[in-house]
Amino acid sequence: MEKKSTDQLKQICSQVRRDCLRMVHAVQSGHPGAALGLCEYFVALYFNEMEHDSNFNFDGKDEDLFFLSNGHVSALWYSVLARSGYFSTDELATFRKINSRLQGHPATHEGLPGIRIASGSLGQGLSVAIGTAQAKKINGDNKTVYVMMGDGEQQEGQVWEAAMYAAHHKVDNLIAAIDYNGQQIDGPTVKVMDLKNLKAKWEAFGWEVLEIKKGNDMESVLAGLEEAGKLKGNGKPILILLYTEMGFGVDFMVGTHKWHGVAPSDAELENALGQLEETLGDY
Amino acid sequence: MEKTLDLKYTYTEKKDTRSGFGDGLLEAGRKNPNVVGLCADLIGSLKMGAFQKEFPDRFFQVGIAEANMIGLAAGMTIGGKIPFTGTFANFSTGRVYDQIRQSVAYSDKNVKICASHAGLTLGEDGATHQILEDLGMMRMLPHMTVINPCDYNQTKAATLALVDHVGPAYLRFGRPSWPIFTPADLKFEIGKAWKMIDGNDVTIFATGHLVWEAVVAEAMLREEGISAEVINIHTIKPLDEEAILKSVAKTGCAVSAEEHQLNGGLGDSIAQVLSRNNPAPLEYVGVNDSFGESGTPTQLLEKYGLNAENIVKAAKKALKRK
Ligand SMILES: Cc1ncc(C[n+]2csc(CCOP(=O)(O)OP(=O)(O)O)c2C)c(N)n1
Repeated sequence: MEKKSTDQLKQICSQVRRDCLRMVHAVQSGHPGAALGLCEYFVALYFNEMEHDSNFNFDGKDEDLFFLSNGHVSALWYSVLARSGYFSTDELATFRKINSRLQGHPATHEGLPGIRIASGSLGQGLSVAIGTAQAKKINGDNKTVYVMMGDGEQQEGQVWEAAMYAAHHKVDNLIAAIDYNGQQIDGPTVKVMDLKNLKAKWEAFGWEVLEIKKGNDMESVLAGLEEAGKLKGNGKPILILLYTEMGFGVDFMVGTHKWHGVAPSDAELENALGQLEETLGDY
Repeated sequence: MEKTLDLKYTYTEKKDTRSGFGDGLLEAGRKNPNVVGLCADLIGSLKMGAFQKEFPDRFFQVGIAEANMIGLAAGMTIGGKIPFTGTFANFSTGRVYDQIRQSVAYSDKNVKICASHAGLTLGEDGATHQILEDLGMMRMLPHMTVINPCDYNQTKAATLALVDHVGPAYLRFGRPSWPIFTPADLKFEIGKAWKMIDGNDVTIFATGHLVWEAVVAEAMLREEGISAEVINIHTIKPLDEEAILKSVAKTGCAVSAEEHQLNGGLGDSIAQVLSRNNPAPLEYVGVNDSFGESGTPTQLLEKYGLNAENIVKAAKKALKRK
């Protein structure tokens, strides 16, 4: 896939945000908050950074692969997959409805192209991504595995079992990222279960940690990903602390856990769509 | 359809069973100072907010760390606390099975594992969250009491009953708004099946949300001249074998109905009792060895064969096998 200009990427983000909101609204269920916050990162990955083939090949040999551990961000992933050619954007209208391939949380069960493992139960994706990264090494495949996690998700013990393992086994073809939006279901992470110094924790576990302080700014995201790419192959797994704002792009949704898993009403949708340009045509 | 039927139980209000848990827990907290609550970042979904507000010193937010929560709860029993843990049914069981097995069941600790969003009726979140194996997993554990109430009132009563019950227990309830058709003042007796409707031709043993479907099915069968007995099995373990055998001795055949896999759930529990004592025909209503998917509760109950129509079909099949 040819690389897009930063402007083009920003335009895609606007459309993807519209998709996410319309999908969640249509079925009055789903998780708009983190989806809106992660648009820049996903779009940068799928439209610029990763070498991947939308003629989906399950084993993804000689391709960069992406895993979503915080599976509730499914609306965003589906939109980005559809917009990058994995399946028709029309299918986005079936999100979370019965008999759909677009399950509430990502699944392989219905055969949706682009998904290689189910997620939704938190804390499991990093282990899977590490396993796949090791399989790549065994196969002599020098492409990269990416994985996204939530910050609340860091409270799961399995994340740290995986963290320890990846450093020990020098899984350096892996770029993990944490959606550092400071929110989870019951409130701000600092109030629910303080993560304290996440950067120091990951460094102590033996990871190369870099921060993207402006995770909703396309230039910053691209620069951060480029930097992360340069750190590959140095014997350490790589973690990006991606500072985002939950609900970014819609003024009444931004910066609060309230929109973690709530669908907008008709009026709220209209208001929100008024703030996001339709750049590529709604599905 | 329901409207035109002559139902033996009716309702004026619908509410989620998890609210029955939340309201029961609050009352339990007022009655017994040893009751403590723990939740893994799902206070709103589990309806534990009122308890947290009234008893901030007896409530613990553990974050998204269910395994830790089970261990903490087990520890708190040493010192006389009665912990009620709250998260979704999947994360209350499958996620933490070994923690429950070793620290709660085997160690015989007085922990109440309270699980919401069980089964298909959780709806749009889909199969990752729709656990259909929890009753089986929990009933296989020695020492464990397993309760699956049918509506708001029964869930509230069950929650209160668990305060006085000593030992590990699993309380399963759900997300959707559901008819409230049982009396608010009915005493909840753990381990005692409740015969809701008398009948002669076939017994329907139902648990959880499907008790309502069984009530509807009874009326449908009656219209066709079939007399069904409906028994509410709110306690899967210990199972009220006496009530089961007594009913089947009269009717000669049975149907089990549950929002769960056919493997390992209520139907299998009843089959065990029948095969040992009175091998009468038993038909199962439940999910047939498959995962769920996204959809509305009604659509899913229909697609996976769990609604009143399916209970009627199963009852007729059981009757034919007599
Ligand atoms: C094992 C597990 N426990 C609980 C949940 C329910 N749950 C879904 S999302 C979520 C909060 C996740 O927080 P975070 O990772 O910060 O994601 P964000 O709120 O930023 O979207 C919880 C508790 C789950 N999906 N999996």
